[in-house]
Amino acid sequence: MKAVTRTGAQAIIDGLQQQGVEYIFGYPGGANMPIFDALLDSSLKLILVRHEQGATHMADGYARATGKPGVVLVTSGPGATNAITGIMTAQMDSAPLVVICGQTVVGNLGLDAFQEADVSGISYPVVKHSYLIRNANDTPRIMREAFFLAATGRPGPVLIDMPKDIALAPVTLDSGGEMHLPGYTIPTHGDSDQIATVAQCLHEAKRPLLLVGHGALISDAGKAVRHLAERMQIPVTTTLLGKGGFPETHDLSLGMLGMHGTAYANKAVMNCDLIMSIGSRWDDRIIGKADEFCDGAVKIHIDIDAAEFNKLITMDHCIHGDARLVVEELNTMLQPGDTKAWLGEIAKFKRQFPLSFKKKGGLKAQSVLYELDQLVGGDAVYTTDVGQHQMWAAQFCRTTERNHWITSGGAGTMGFGFPAAIGAQLGFPGKTVIAVVGDGGFQMTMAELPTAVINKLPVKVLIINNSYLGMVRQWQNIFFDNRLSGVEMKGNPDFVKLAEACGAKGFRIKRNADIKRVLQQALDYNDGPCVIDAEVEKEDNVFPMIPSGEPYSSMLLENPRTKLAQPRGST
Amino acid sequence: MAREDSHSISLLVNNKPGVLIRISLVFSRRGYNIDSLVVSPAHNRQLSRMSITATGDPATLVLILGQLNKLIDVIHATDHTGDVVVQRELALIKVDCKAERRTEVLQISEHFKCQSIDISDTTLLLEATGNSDKLDALELILEKYGIVEIVRSGKLVMARGASAT
Repeated sequence: MKAVTRTGAQAIIDGLQQQGVEYIFGYPGGANMPIFDALLDSSLKLILVRHEQGATHMADGYARATGKPGVVLVTSGPGATNAITGIMTAQMDSAPLVVICGQTVVGNLGLDAFQEADVSGISYPVVKHSYLIRNANDTPRIMREAFFLAATGRPGPVLIDMPKDIALAPVTLDSGGEMHLPGYTIPTHGDSDQIATVAQCLHEAKRPLLLVGHGALISDAGKAVRHLAERMQIPVTTTLLGKGGFPETHDLSLGMLGMHGTAYANKAVMNCDLIMSIGSRWDDRIIGKADEFCDGAVKIHIDIDAAEFNKLITMDHCIHGDARLVVEELNTMLQPGDTKAWLGEIAKFKRQFPLSFKKKGGLKAQSVLYELDQLVGGDAVYTTDVGQHQMWAAQFCRTTERNHWITSGGAGTMGFGFPAAIGAQLGFPGKTVIAVVGDGGFQMTMAELPTAVINKLPVKVLIINNSYLGMVRQWQNIFFDNRLSGVEMKGNPDFVKLAEACGAKGFRIKRNADIKRVLQQALDYNDGPCVIDAEVEKEDNVFPMIPSGEPYSSMLLENPRTKLAQPRGST
Repeated sequence: MAREDSHSISLLVNNKPGVLIRISLVFSRRGYNIDSLVVSPAHNRQLSRMSITATGDPATLVLILGQLNKLIDVIHATDHTGDVVVQRELALIKVDCKAERRTEVLQISEHFKCQSIDISDTTLLLEATGNSDKLDALELILEKYGIVEIVRSGKLVMARGASAT
């Protein structure tokens, strides 16, 4: 039988089909037209976006909701550079993406042709790996490698730059797509001797603490972590991205730690004699002042990425491996622990320093998020942007399940939340998906409202609208003598009318009395997307707060009475 | 101020376009200056061998090696600083040398086991090999006569005995 000759573009689509891809988030242009043409003959569903940044965040939200790589298809030059922010966001938070970019014909590369940019070159610092296809025969192999690299080990984005003439060229020599990755290994089990040493440390510790990060969620270590915590009676704190790695409704949960973590989690960090990270990279917003962080406590790090070991602080023990496999092996070596005295101390911290806010007066962001949490009862997927609303949501929207909390952590990308919610909704068709965003961030990607409308996605966009770029205002308020510069969002649109103009439903919350009723209406509305404009108090600050680069002992629980010195850390 | 040391790093990498940029990005992002870099095809032509000399603090180098080993195109990256390794470099040195000083320069050249490659009315071109310290010493001596141009290959490193580079 004579094999049917496929083109490079068709080989790309074949590769996507073989990987079981459902959705492509994309935008066409001159250079990717052959791929868009091949798309017509496939069962793949195209989500046509309004801006390429939206496409990458949607793919990212889809990937984090499902654990499967999100696929993006954009054109050359500006199409691809618009996608870079989303690629960087995925890289910082270890989200698997496969981003396919059209490119000018090979003969034009480097000649400043129309819509030409060295996209693979631009991508190098912000991807797990990238390809420029120069021979159509390589396409089947590269497609397989791209998905394999994106999804395995520490996941991340992989970019494929596909010149238009290669997309049109025949694949004459199909290698069968056999991968060739001699420099890539996937860590699995950790070193058993090291795990035994760590088990010994855990037995000896009087005041142990588990720090659960995104790595634990990616490797699906939740069950093993819970077993470990319950058997040894060890309290658990999570990073921003680790939310959902341990149920926040559990007695042993301390919620999030770090810069805006709960005071009781941070007190636990200050008082523990052992802290073990399961898939958290000890980032700068968690450790504050590196040389004072958990001074004297035994520090243990389990990570699939050896490059994260001893990066900002020095560990006593590092275990290189998959979080789930390592914790499961560790569990076989553990005896029940007695930490009653320590848990008693923790209970005291919880009583002394609860997460609280004033319920009287104007509409508080915290009230809205608290009531939302009560109404959905853990059974919703949250996405967020970055800033005050994100921190309040992290504090008050308790997450109990894996992949139910999707936020831009490492990159801190404004405009992430809403498109990520679109992707998450496609990944979780039956679930309530709520994008908690700020009025600033939403305006960066609100162009995707029609995308949600035409796909009839019942995403709920809750705008915590204080008409300020709130987190920057907070810093100016605390560290810059309240000299506000460039933070007031004058001329915000009427978000309810905006929603209606796009064919979505609009709701507004103005007073405390509106909260429950309006949120319930929004939760019940399933005919398409809705926007809830919550006009909250303009000048509220997020607490607790550890100023960046400062020790945990500098934690603020309320507005300081005097101007504070500039923090030593960055942001 | 962090300590600044010179490090010899060897890498085995895929022999493909773009690999060098990915590697140099890891160094530059962390403020490491690459002093010398030698790239050549490895015995297996699908791979390349890189020898890099770079200056910076040792703690950062550990992180750099971690990042290098994480690159998909890097098979392995190793720091040979302080290891017992064979180290060689080649230099071409064009010396300002009129006929009357030729004998004197050639005597130095002989002492350093150089080859004289080219002679003109005013210059003498020497080829020298050896470890980098020896070439530094030669360069210092020849500077008295005037060095017109010098090209050095950069440091090559290979592990001794059966151990892999």
